[in-house]
Amino acid sequence: MVSLHSYLILSAILFSIGTIGVLTRRNAIVIFMCIEMMLNAVNLTFIALSKYLGNLDGQIFVFFVMTVAAAEAAVGLALMIAFFKNRESIDVEDLNLMKW
Amino acid sequence: METIAIPAINMSVIAPEMILSVVAMALLLINVFVKNEQKGYLGYLSIAGILVTLYSLTIGWGAPQDGFSGSVVQDNFAIFFKGIFLVSAAMSILITDQYLQREGCNQGEVYPLMLFATVGMMLMASGTDLMTIFLGLEVLSVSLYVLAGFNRGSIRSNEAGLKYFLLGAFSTGFLLYGMALTYGATGTTKVVKIAAAAQSGMVSSNLMLVAGMLLMATGFAFKVAAAPFHMWTPDVYEGAPTPITAFMSVGPKAAGFAAFLRVLLVALPVFKAEWSSLLWVLAVLTMTVGNITALYQQNIKRMLAYSSIAHAGYILVGFTAGNAVGTSGILFYMLSYAFMNIGAFAVIILVGKKGEENNNLADYAGFGYKHPALGVAMCVFLFSLAGIPPAAGFVGKFYLFSGAIQAGYIWLAIIGVLNSAASVYYYLRVMIYMYFKEPTEDFNWVRLSPAFIICLIIAIAGVMIPGVVPGTILELAQKAILM
Repeated sequence: MVSLHSYLILSAILFSIGTIGVLTRRNAIVIFMCIEMMLNAVNLTFIALSKYLGNLDGQIFVFFVMTVAAAEAAVGLALMIAFFKNRESIDVEDLNLMKW
Repeated sequence: METIAIPAINMSVIAPEMILSVVAMALLLINVFVKNEQKGYLGYLSIAGILVTLYSLTIGWGAPQDGFSGSVVQDNFAIFFKGIFLVSAAMSILITDQYLQREGCNQGEVYPLMLFATVGMMLMASGTDLMTIFLGLEVLSVSLYVLAGFNRGSIRSNEAGLKYFLLGAFSTGFLLYGMALTYGATGTTKVVKIAAAAQSGMVSSNLMLVAGMLLMATGFAFKVAAAPFHMWTPDVYEGAPTPITAFMSVGPKAAGFAAFLRVLLVALPVFKAEWSSLLWVLAVLTMTVGNITALYQQNIKRMLAYSSIAHAGYILVGFTAGNAVGTSGILFYMLSYAFMNIGAFAVIILVGKKGEENNNLADYAGFGYKHPALGVAMCVFLFSLAGIPPAAGFVGKFYLFSGAIQAGYIWLAIIGVLNSAASVYYYLRVMIYMYFKEPTEDFNWVRLSPAFIICLIIAIAGVMIPGVVPGTILELAQKAILM
């Protein structure tokens, strides 16, 4: 039997890896994958807590999070394509027309 | 066999949201059959939809009801905020068509997207379940990502959309993690039950609840553009099409505050001491960073972006106070902010021409003489933003700061007033360019369409009337607070 703590620690580690990835990576798609990893770490937390608390709210929340993540992916990839068409790059270093 | 209890569904609670979403979906269909030059009519249809929604909202005033087993509630607080969203959406739609035609990107999808974003905001304002708040937030955000990048041919618009998307999705991660931890600590996602669990000490781990609260605060602070989570704001506001900038500088900020207020005031009043000291720091940082950076801006859209950060700071002052005066001040201020900010952006759109946005301060040289009426209108909006009487901005700030003084945050109010004084500098600078510099252009391209005139008249009325006779609106705001 794996304890609740192990799940929570695992998802905290996954969330941190995702956060560090967003802050250090330069490719917009990789950054987006890191964000997805953060969301899935949260999903893991929800499922583990739902099982531990014995109520279904957490699992329902996970369905919503997955749906929303799919919608976000569609919009995000479309925005990246629009950007790529104009700049031939999806490196976030090239998101530099506007600063300060 | 386990039986599943059918939850009490009360459709009339979400009637306004349903009306608006149906209108938006119908517009998506109609859009296919409308010729490119006539997309503006879709705007008028969506305003008709907004008016119907507004009417269905006013019926519910004073008779709070909840539905979907307590996941959404239609109380005065939600209705007041929804009024702000609808008014700001209608005003932004009025100024959209001319801009999009000028820039050659008048796809009709912009109107349904704005309506969907408005539906998202409305769900956020009436959500009493973390799930509803999250869903509302995402309906809003996903529509706004598209809207920010709406001008596909413009590289700045692309950049704004992509930046907003990456940072917005990142902050959603934090908000969600906070919600997960809150759920874990209290065993429920309903704000009322969270409050009950926190009050009775039925919390499995206090550390988890506090961590959840902090992470949720981070997510909301990002959405309302509070420092130090404001870095996306100037870039996105500058790059996005100007009517969209007007739209997203008001509604989404108000929606963020509505959900933030409800989560902190209703769900976590137990930790009031903790969160008000946290908000104190956020308010001071936000006001100061916003105002000081705005002093150095040459681009007027960027300047208004930093000024919107500063305004989020003023609202956080009222929020820190957390009392009746501060909260009603927030409601009043958000409403008047909608009028003055969208009005200012309307004038900014008119100064630009195709391909040249004319957003630099130097482009405003002599504008006040060439177009006296527009110059005066711009002055009214800027005076109100600066908080100079008799404009509504002054009354709003007065209530926010007096709320803080009543709650004993004297220093916070003093810092707020000093910030407000500093902000006069960069608002007045625009007026100096408009009236005290020799005109270099003749501004003959400025074309006032009827929609613009209506929008500007509404904006001036919305700034001046509550400024001179604040009684009615203030009374409504006082009836709409959460306590």
